Amino acid sequence: MVQNGNKILESDRDIASQVINRSNVNFNSCYHCRCCAGGCPFVKAMDYAPHAIIRLLQLGFYEKALKSSTIWICVGCNTCSSVCPMSIDMSAIMDALRQIALEHNIKVGQPSILGFHTEVLNSIERYGRTHKLEIMMRYKVRTMDLFSDMDLGIKMLTKRKLDLMPSKVKDIQAIKNIFKSDQD
Amino acid sequence: MKKELVKISYFPGCSLATSAKENNISLIKFCKSIGYELIELEDWNCCGSSSAHSIDSKTAFGLASRNLFLAPFDRPLLAACPSCILRLLQTHLHISQNVDLQNEYEKMFSKPFNRDLKIIHFFEILANINLPDFIESQGHNKKEKLPLDCIKFLPYYGCMLARPPEMKNIPNYHGLIEKILSSLGAEVVRWSYSSRCCGTFLSVSRPEIVTPIINDIMLQAVASGADCIVTACAMCHLNMEIRCSIKNPIPTLHFSEILSLAMGIKDYKGWFERHIVDPVPMLKQKGLI
Repeated sequence: MVQNGNKILESDRDIASQVINRSNVNFNSCYHCRCCAGGCPFVKAMDYAPHAIIRLLQLGFYEKALKSSTIWICVGCNTCSSVCPMSIDMSAIMDALRQIALEHNIKVGQPSILGFHTEVLNSIERYGRTHKLEIMMRYKVRTMDLFSDMDLGIKMLTKRKLDLMPSKVKDIQAIKNIFKSDQD
Repeated sequence: MKKELVKISYFPGCSLATSAKENNISLIKFCKSIGYELIELEDWNCCGSSSAHSIDSKTAFGLASRNLFLAPFDRPLLAACPSCILRLLQTHLHISQNVDLQNEYEKMFSKPFNRDLKIIHFFEILANINLPDFIESQGHNKKEKLPLDCIKFLPYYGCMLARPPEMKNIPNYHGLIEKILSSLGAEVVRWSYSSRCCGTFLSVSRPEIVTPIINDIMLQAVASGADCIVTACAMCHLNMEIRCSIKNPIPTLHFSEILSLAMGIKDYKGWFERHIVDPVPMLKQKGLI
């Protein structure tokens, strides 16, 4: 149940435990040395620095964390976790937050990035492998951004960096079963 | 007497199979030159890449695990893509630690789980080999001149050395590119961007975030006076090429390409023409091709 304000779900405690269960990380051990933010190559593009996302969780501002751009900008490069004195797996926390946000239909902070992930997964479901040219084209249509990177696309095609035809898995049923088992 | 090649299962992954074919081919040829036959994993599928674990962990584990179940029991499984190997290793770790997950996948793939499967990165076979001695034993005269004598390079690992905390005790062989290439005569140029993440998939959806990051890396690369960047990651290679907007960047080579050249492999046709930043003038000037 989505509400206004900072309290979004029927049970806030439930969100905290969901993050901990899914990520297998106890975010309460973070003492905000900010090493993660110092090392993060993408911090300038985030609305909250990585440690600030943890602070939001510690203080119970779940909606802010789930709606943030940070959870989508984070690419999971593990630079932050490598310097964390408490060995907090930030990438796992971000994975958990993204998935909780999607399951609770929270407004996505960076819809274009979700759009990209969705196209990648669609491609894997169709072929068992990623077909980059089709992912790019479908992504462009999805975001109605047809013309940016056109010159780059042509350059990549002429350098044969983008295959016209997908490389496919033979036992595509096995791939479908993996996607299906997820919905069970 | 010719020694028989050691057989290893090989997981190319989507990048090496498509956008970085030159990485794939040079890797296979290089491995053969040092006595390993890479046998492509039959009917392998995408490891799930960054997207699967980002939005759907269950599918991510399912995709990576199918490859683990496809791997023959009698040989290790090798991958060269840092992202693929991380997904494969992490999934193997999770299945090994979770009986319910193991049962579920054994049922799904109708095969027993191979707890002892050795999943190795390309670096691991390099770590235990002395290439200069090896080249000499193959009849080359190393006293004359080491093959990479004239080249100054910047090692670029991107984020491949960083691992999630649960996997930080698995060796990452940091410094291996420097160690191997300098043993072949190349000069290492030190810099502060060797482990800077390239931005990976944000290159598609948020290029305006990635371009300044790549330009920062390339500006320091150019200022360092090195001839080229050497990377062991196909994703880093792609971003260095497609998201760099500064003029006159230095070329980025795949580690496997420069290793192949050092081994005297001559059939490099088709590798360098696939690069967007052409390394051919530099390689010719250095006498490597």
